[in-house]
Amino acid sequence: MSEHDHTHRPDEVHEGETPEEAAARYRAEEEALIAETSEGVQGLRSRTTTSAGELRQEVGAVLRLPEGGYVDPADIDIERRDDETTIINMGPQHPSTHGVLRLMLELDGETILRTKPIIGYLHTGMEKQGEELTYVQGSTNVTRMDYLSPLHNELVFSLAAEALLDVEMPPRATWIRMLMVELNRVSSHLLWVATNGGDLGSTSMLIYGFREREMVLAFFEKATGLRMNTNYIRPGGVAADLPDGWEDDIEIICETILARTYEYDELITGQPIFRERTEAVGNISAEEALALSVTGPILRSTGVPWDLRRTMPYLAYDKLDFDVIVGTYGDNFDRYSVRLNEIRESIKMIRQIAHMMPPGDFRVQDRKVTPPPRARIDESMEALIHHFKIFTEGFRVPEGEVYVAVESPRGELGCYMVSDGTSKPFRMHIRAPSFVNLQALPLLLRGGTMADAVAVISSVDPVMGEVDR
Amino acid sequence: MGADRARRRAGGHATVTGTTPTTAPVASPASVLPEVPRLPDRLVDQLAFPRRETYKQMVAAFRAAGFELCADLCAVDYLSHPGRSLPVGVSAERFEVVVNLLSLSARQRVRIRVQVPESDPTVDSIVDVYPGADSMEREAFDMVGIIFGGHPDMTRILMPEDWEGHPLRKDYGVGRVPVQFKEAPGPR
Repeated sequence: MSEHDHTHRPDEVHEGETPEEAAARYRAEEEALIAETSEGVQGLRSRTTTSAGELRQEVGAVLRLPEGGYVDPADIDIERRDDETTIINMGPQHPSTHGVLRLMLELDGETILRTKPIIGYLHTGMEKQGEELTYVQGSTNVTRMDYLSPLHNELVFSLAAEALLDVEMPPRATWIRMLMVELNRVSSHLLWVATNGGDLGSTSMLIYGFREREMVLAFFEKATGLRMNTNYIRPGGVAADLPDGWEDDIEIICETILARTYEYDELITGQPIFRERTEAVGNISAEEALALSVTGPILRSTGVPWDLRRTMPYLAYDKLDFDVIVGTYGDNFDRYSVRLNEIRESIKMIRQIAHMMPPGDFRVQDRKVTPPPRARIDESMEALIHHFKIFTEGFRVPEGEVYVAVESPRGELGCYMVSDGTSKPFRMHIRAPSFVNLQALPLLLRGGTMADAVAVISSVDPVMGEVDR
Repeated sequence: MGADRARRRAGGHATVTGTTPTTAPVASPASVLPEVPRLPDRLVDQLAFPRRETYKQMVAAFRAAGFELCADLCAVDYLSHPGRSLPVGVSAERFEVVVNLLSLSARQRVRIRVQVPESDPTVDSIVDVYPGADSMEREAFDMVGIIFGGHPDMTRILMPEDWEGHPLRKDYGVGRVPVQFKEAPGPR
């Protein structure tokens, strides 16, 4: 790279070279440098080479007029000349992009005009992998997608497989699942509050959020054996019953974290610097959010009370008493308060679940779906055969297709599953909320300043493992 | 849940609409929409099987009928599973584009499955109806190779730009890394 370090001036003329040759050499060097870092047509290109339709999307013009057209092309300054603006690159190794998100931004001074997220740096072909794994193995695969809420991924995968299998879940399995995913929501939102604080310069918030999250993860370790990627919720129930004394652990977690959320209030909610950095930054309206298929806290921050736990209940959420938290302005601060208050709502739910936890089996007692207890294998030939069949061949799932969605901490997490009657899914597509929510970034960033970009990216809460899958 | 399961078993779990004739110039929402009874069972989605030519029209009709959000769009390659069950009048093709629409006001989902032939894997883009379908269509193009006509930026999204092939096609092999079980022979 030494020849590209620009210690020489572009018009510097080497020995034995005419100025024209020097200019040509410099152009060639510059083009080589661009080619080396280019994403090709995936990247953000100059205005002159971008089609009008793409340009509109990059500036985030999504609103439809009543008659069905896009809003106001005159609002988009397509006539702006390229030499007035700068295209810069942010990421994929930027610390505040929460993973390997790469953004190309067109700036006019400090103001962001266009944004294009470039993703795929973490793509590991998990949907393809899902077609190669049996339903028994599948939950180990999906749990690695959204690594901050692994239990939601396992849940949606298991619900889809069970919908095709048509098995009836024992009530205790349903309630254990609900308990675990709500705990997971708390830990995911805590991590978000922490990193959002960190992105805005409040490093003490970063430490506190991680500290509280660790309590939840310690409970996960106790109940499932692992802090993350637990493979706890499986088709047919959960892997194990809750550990002895879980009620006490849950009560300690709820009490501590609930008290700590009020400490966060004191630390950052009312803090003038935090308010300045978040209020009226990165606004989105309800119509825009719906047009862009944005779900979860971002949609709720615009005032749309859409939460699948309430509006299309799954598991046993219809038996719980909780509020759907909504914002008003759809700015960074609303997204912060929606998430912070959802921690409190989740704790309210966890307490109710712990109170109402029914006794019984923690998984389906159908030997074609779940393995027999370990002790039975020693005494029953049939149990041994079932055990062997489940872990070698897996269970066969009737032919069909189904779409199941749950409310993950980031929005609607869906699983579209097609079965051809074998023991492996024919197609397993995960509708990842972060992947879809990232489309709102150009709109959220447009017209804002470069300094706010970090705050806005953080408030979208993208998890790149899920975006790229 | 028990009652839902029973209803599902009883078979009435989806209202299947036939294909709308292509001769109809512009279909009004009523003629394109499947009959959407307000099912108490929300686990169950409506299904619709438009022809490729009327697909976008049907999506627009659903949009007008109050399906505010395009929840999901993906493509499936049925190469190794051609005998799937489809309603009468829908001929199975190799590819299928599956769109899940969501109505917040009616709390209802609808799933649109459109058949796309192998010889001409193109289908209309619905980006100007649902701007949120943008990256989902790019993903379907990248992974399965469906070309969405009218999409402003039909480029790969997850794979590198110069990648060959579409990984989620059934004739695309799974990558494998050879595993060495023995110690590698030393240099001497």
